[in-house]
Amino acid sequence: MAILTIQILNSLLYASVLFLIAAGLSLIFGVMRIVNLAHGSLYAVGAYVTAWLIGRGISLGMPLHWLFVLLPVGALSVALIGVVIEPLLLRPFYRRAEEYQLLVTFGLIQILEDLMRLIWGGTPLSADTLMDALPIIRLGGLLYPGYNLVVIAVGVVAAVILWAGIYHTKFGVMLRATSQDRRMASALGLNVGLVYVSAFGIGCFMAGLGGAIVVPTQAAVLGMGIDALVIAFVVVVIGGLGSLKGALVGAVVVSFVRTAGIQFFPELELAVLYLIAALVLLVRPTGLFGTA
Amino acid sequence: MKREIQSFRDRPILRLAAAAGLILLILILLPAYFETYQMQLLTYGLIAAIAALGFNLLLGYTGLLSFGHSAYFGVGAYSVAFVVQYLGPHSMEFYILIGVPAVAITSALLGYICVRHTQIFFGILTLALSQVLYSLALKLYWVTGGSDGLRVPRPSLLMGLLTFSGPSGFRQFITSYYYYVLAVFVVCVVFMWVIVHSPFGKALQAIRDNEVRARFLGLRIRRFRWISFLISGTFTGLAGILWVPLNGLTTPDIVYWTFSGEIVFTALLGGFRNFTGPIVGGIVFTYLKTYAVATTEYWQLLLGVVLVTLVLVLPTGIVGALAKLGERLGMRKT
Amino acid sequence: MILLKTVNLRKQFGETRACDGLDFVVNKGEFLSLVGSNGAGKTTLVNLISAHLQPDSGQILLEDRDITFTTVTERIKAGIARSFQIVNLFDGLSVFDNVALSIFSREGKAVKMAVLADHDGDVRREALEVLGQFGLSDKSGVPAGGLAQGERKLLDVAVAYALRPRLLFLDEPTSGVSTHEKAQIMDTVSSVVRGGHVTAVVIEHDMDVVFRYSDRIVMMHEGSFLADGTPDEIRANKDVASILLGAPLAT
Repeated sequence: MAILTIQILNSLLYASVLFLIAAGLSLIFGVMRIVNLAHGSLYAVGAYVTAWLIGRGISLGMPLHWLFVLLPVGALSVALIGVVIEPLLLRPFYRRAEEYQLLVTFGLIQILEDLMRLIWGGTPLSADTLMDALPIIRLGGLLYPGYNLVVIAVGVVAAVILWAGIYHTKFGVMLRATSQDRRMASALGLNVGLVYVSAFGIGCFMAGLGGAIVVPTQAAVLGMGIDALVIAFVVVVIGGLGSLKGALVGAVVVSFVRTAGIQFFPELELAVLYLIAALVLLVRPTGLFGTA
Repeated sequence: MKREIQSFRDRPILRLAAAAGLILLILILLPAYFETYQMQLLTYGLIAAIAALGFNLLLGYTGLLSFGHSAYFGVGAYSVAFVVQYLGPHSMEFYILIGVPAVAITSALLGYICVRHTQIFFGILTLALSQVLYSLALKLYWVTGGSDGLRVPRPSLLMGLLTFSGPSGFRQFITSYYYYVLAVFVVCVVFMWVIVHSPFGKALQAIRDNEVRARFLGLRIRRFRWISFLISGTFTGLAGILWVPLNGLTTPDIVYWTFSGEIVFTALLGGFRNFTGPIVGGIVFTYLKTYAVATTEYWQLLLGVVLVTLVLVLPTGIVGALAKLGERLGMRKT
Repeated sequence: MILLKTVNLRKQFGETRACDGLDFVVNKGEFLSLVGSNGAGKTTLVNLISAHLQPDSGQILLEDRDITFTTVTERIKAGIARSFQIVNLFDGLSVFDNVALSIFSREGKAVKMAVLADHDGDVRREALEVLGQFGLSDKSGVPAGGLAQGERKLLDVAVAYALRPRLLFLDEPTSGVSTHEKAQIMDTVSSVVRGGHVTAVVIEHDMDVVFRYSDRIVMMHEGSFLADGTPDEIRANKDVASILLGAPLAT
């Protein structure tokens, strides 16, 4: 029974991280109608930066509980990158054929992945010391890290804040207006450029946050960005591109299926994930709540 | 109807044939002036050109951007490696005979799954499927040799007529293999040229330009895309088959997503909106990458920067830019 | 003789009844204009008949053959073709190729990849003939994207016509061009279509054009047919006059 609970909690943890990544991707698509292929790599950057910051923090003798502040800092750094990328590399292509957008963001993947290799090298960068900051919980005879529950909580809180932000604030109205009809919004006096860069920044923040909160539980490794990209797409495919609810549902579904898959096919974990992606796209290309 | 004698200038196909013939002549004569290493490099360039040519049928002519073409290149290379592993070394013709159907079947299967979608989902699906193959190549080490890969020795050419051993064997092999690849390259170029100028090729371009209208012409969109995918993957797979005897080794790296990126790069570099673009891109990219790898360990970063710059500054690629330049010069003359 | 008939055809979008139980009849050989205000349901009707949309209920019969559930490809084979309101061409291909492709498709030759498209003499001849009929011969080598709007409209019709349909739907073939060009376009379209014995249904807003070229006029309003008759009959119809002039319907 306890094992089952742990499996469920692990799935929820994974779902929480997935939700952050997928929601960011969906938000950007929903408002700007673009897909950033480098979104997964930004998640990886978030993981690396946060792990590095925590490492520095520990060597500077920061008290363990203070290290938690570094998590949103890591996420913010990714948001900053996003805010720089959007006007520079993406804006020139909004009116052009979609291929160019895909090509630019693909080139961005290569740049980011190699930058991570250049800065942090090929060995995994871990931050598991942070997990010691929180107590270990007893679950019917088995031990479970308290930190994992924090990850789940962050996901839930993020979902709530996003939902509130999009549907109950003035900024949210601006976002939704721009996503519905860019020209109309512009004609009504909305600064579309500002809305775009903000939406992109928030989307990148979420990817970065996903990386930040996951890295204490699993070290940052090269290639995590690409894996994340494909899985994030499975999530938005199930849930529908452009939908917050869809990102949540999709994240939970994918996460639980993955956990089950790993149970029965541990050797081919990677292949299972990619196969899920292919199968889902084959069977249900429109997703549950999509606006694509 | 009056038969008019059309001048050389008016018959574009004659001009084309003449230009192609000249280039072919140069390519035939080059080995006399090249060292072994240069010839190897040029052979790799021709192989990359074949891969890019195949890829661009899908991108330039059908409007589908695949991020997973490394899968077909990889299947081609690994097919040859498997033949060597389980059936022993054979002639190049045997490798091609076994390898081409293998890549064709793979392209047909994966293509069937992928062409049900468009744009971004198509791209991600091609990426996901090629990553599945990558993880299989990596994990099933008892079959594929894992990250160490599989060795492929020098094959004999022309059904065993030409074998290469002894002290000058290497140089002889490189020279002969160059001509072999050149011959295959010429055949591929001719095939592809006919295909894109055939009714099928026109239909593909129509589907690329306006899917709705194409459907209202009675064209079965999915079927055309699927056939295009099949041909595209087979060409790229053939490039993989030709590549592995030259490289001597195949590893999962050539199935990894970054290699797909290189293929995309070559088409973009040369220009994906015309026929010769990918050919030029493939050859130029081979030299570019060799230079980049020799210069820095982080050549991927360099290439990524070049890719982004290219898209921003020179979206029509080398050939496209040259064409525009040619137009401007032509206009200045008159 | 009836070529096409719909029986109680219905299509609803949310609350809006675009087609409210329509019994539409098209007679063989006639040049019919479908008129009505925006949102009356004209394009929806054409979309249903050409298989761009599926009806909610009702039937579509082509010479007594039920084609309600056939696909686009099957309907084209059966002889129904259409042009689009917003010009829909293959901008990257030449004018010639645009028309030739229709012919290749019609003949089932579009899948051929081992021959050069330009070498098919029959197709070439027919394409040039069609281009000549539509007055586009001198633009044959130009990419379709490089034509003027009026020429694009003509090409749009030519591409559909080259399918040699029995029933041709033209969705606003003169929209977006000057009055002078409108007459030119309709002259060409009308003479080619009648000369080819093709039955045509034209969605049109310009009432001058409608009265000058049509054998029969069908007027739609909010998903139903309001009037149906020859130009003279329509002219005499008081309800129609009030719709056209914007005055409320007399009940």
